[in-house]
Amino acid sequence: MFEYSMSSLSFNISNGVLNLSFSGDYLKQDLPTDLFAAINQNNITEINISAETLKGWDSSFLALLFRLNQTAQNAGIKIKTSKLPAGVKELISLSQAVAPVADAPAPKKEDFLTALGSFTLRVYHAFLRGSKFTFYNLNLFFMSFFTKPASRKVDFLFSLQDCGPKAVPIVMLISFMVGLILAFVGAIQLQLFGAQVYIASLVTIGMTRIMAAIMVGIIMAGRTGASFAATIGTMQVNEEIDALKTMGVNADEFLVLPRLWALVITMPLLTMLADFGGILGGAAVGVLALDIPYSEYFRYAYNAWFLKHFLVGLFHAFVFGFIISLSGCYFGINCGRDADSVGKSTTSAVVYAIVWMIVATGIITFCLQRMGI
Amino acid sequence: MTQNVIEAHDLTVGYGSKVLLKNADFEVGKGDIFIIMGGSGCGKSSLLKVLTGLMPPLAGSFDLLGVDFERANDDEKSHLRQKTGILYQSGALFSSMTLAENIAMPLNQYRSYDAATVNELVHLKLALVGLAGYEDYYPSEISGGMKKRAGLARALALDPEIVYFDEPSAGLDPVSSARLDDLMIEINKNLNTTLVVVTHELQSIFAIANNSIYLDAPTKTIAARGNPHDILKNPPNERVRQFLTRGKE
Repeated sequence: MFEYSMSSLSFNISNGVLNLSFSGDYLKQDLPTDLFAAINQNNITEINISAETLKGWDSSFLALLFRLNQTAQNAGIKIKTSKLPAGVKELISLSQAVAPVADAPAPKKEDFLTALGSFTLRVYHAFLRGSKFTFYNLNLFFMSFFTKPASRKVDFLFSLQDCGPKAVPIVMLISFMVGLILAFVGAIQLQLFGAQVYIASLVTIGMTRIMAAIMVGIIMAGRTGASFAATIGTMQVNEEIDALKTMGVNADEFLVLPRLWALVITMPLLTMLADFGGILGGAAVGVLALDIPYSEYFRYAYNAWFLKHFLVGLFHAFVFGFIISLSGCYFGINCGRDADSVGKSTTSAVVYAIVWMIVATGIITFCLQRMGI
Repeated sequence: MTQNVIEAHDLTVGYGSKVLLKNADFEVGKGDIFIIMGGSGCGKSSLLKVLTGLMPPLAGSFDLLGVDFERANDDEKSHLRQKTGILYQSGALFSSMTLAENIAMPLNQYRSYDAATVNELVHLKLALVGLAGYEDYYPSEISGGMKKRAGLARALALDPEIVYFDEPSAGLDPVSSARLDDLMIEINKNLNTTLVVVTHELQSIFAIANNSIYLDAPTKTIAARGNPHDILKNPPNERVRQFLTRGKE
């Protein structure tokens, strides 16, 4: 005979019969592992449960009975109960009223080659979807010169305000700091030759040709591209995009086009401001730290300002405007239906925008270099 | 004598200067299925937010399980919240967690059970709401009705004394809605859990309630209280009668 006792539970095993009795309060108890070990080690044919002196109980008591029931069913053991508290039997039978679902999701295990194949296919399909979205929306953009789009003017104006005036302070601050850093970095080398006055040329060419556009692009990808993805993604979660589609409204025309226009217009304008901010940042270093006369700094800056560099910078900004808005809108529209998906879409929108901006910069730089610009 | 689990004293509910309900007094007895009903915009959901501590009342106070909730400190509030559960309209399951992880979360947070016990409790709670075997599913992989039942399983995780329901029947087909009503009755009967339900679904109201209040939007007061069947027999005004008869003569 095997006997065991704890504060509110005791049991003994005699001739294959497990006698289990509860007393006092059985509250917030862990599953008694000794009990289940005893069932496994002994050849149990019957379990007698007695709860005559049980006073308080909670879900941990139910969980124990639930587990005992399952164990008994699996091992073909009979269970007899006496004086279970009111409601317990009904709750146990309620928990067994619906059979467990048979088609539980199988754990996803793939070997290396299958995983690689799946990944390649996913990338391929994503590229096709992205290309289709891009070309479709570029077509909409250029066609909007000739036809009236389904989008609302007020949406365009809100986007324009969000992408333009509201972004000016952060763009000016960052471009000022970038100009300042460029000047400091340049000054370290140029001072060696007594040519520190040329930091004005360095900052002006650097900012106008590429740095301003890239900095504005990164700021706007993080600020506006993410906002596009989150806004449209939340609309997807709330089924607003489904509502648009079922109303027969072209969701791309309604949601993407105003944002695309807004960013394509504001990006070159913000880049012009960033050019100015960067040159001012360089001036702060030149005039205050390197004792270059104010007029001298701006004379060198003016001489280094070439229209072709300025236009190259604006062209980059124009292209980045397309990339950021299309990336934000694409990931917003293709967002899943839960909160987690909105976060993932927002992250992807920013990451892909920055990656594609860098790729585009490489392509543009290569082409301009071949053209001698 | 029935012990009250909620007692509201001169409770005024609203947002800023917009008052939705003023000077409300009511009690919810232990083991009641208490319905907060009324037309759209009468402040049902706002009252629920106040009772669950999501927003403060504009004036007045309420006792939750004998404690003045507004005067309670953070520890007391946390302790009281562990004794209550809530089922939101959409289930409000965490989308990045499986159903098992959703239900295990409050258990891991507030109890010191070992992993095997938490696992067994999760199985039990899911089985109680008819979702045995769905432990490894994500919320996005199950239907709206199942999400509500899983939300109820999570609300019941800590064996609460009170469970609040915000429009439990919304978005459910009649069969699923009736099943949820039956489940609520079973939980109330067998666990002696008090249920506070915000709804305007008449079938549910008459099927489950033994106590209720009717919030009247025009007067911003409680226009009726008691068992809905009794209120229907003797409605205090035309608006209450119309509400309980769906506007029929």
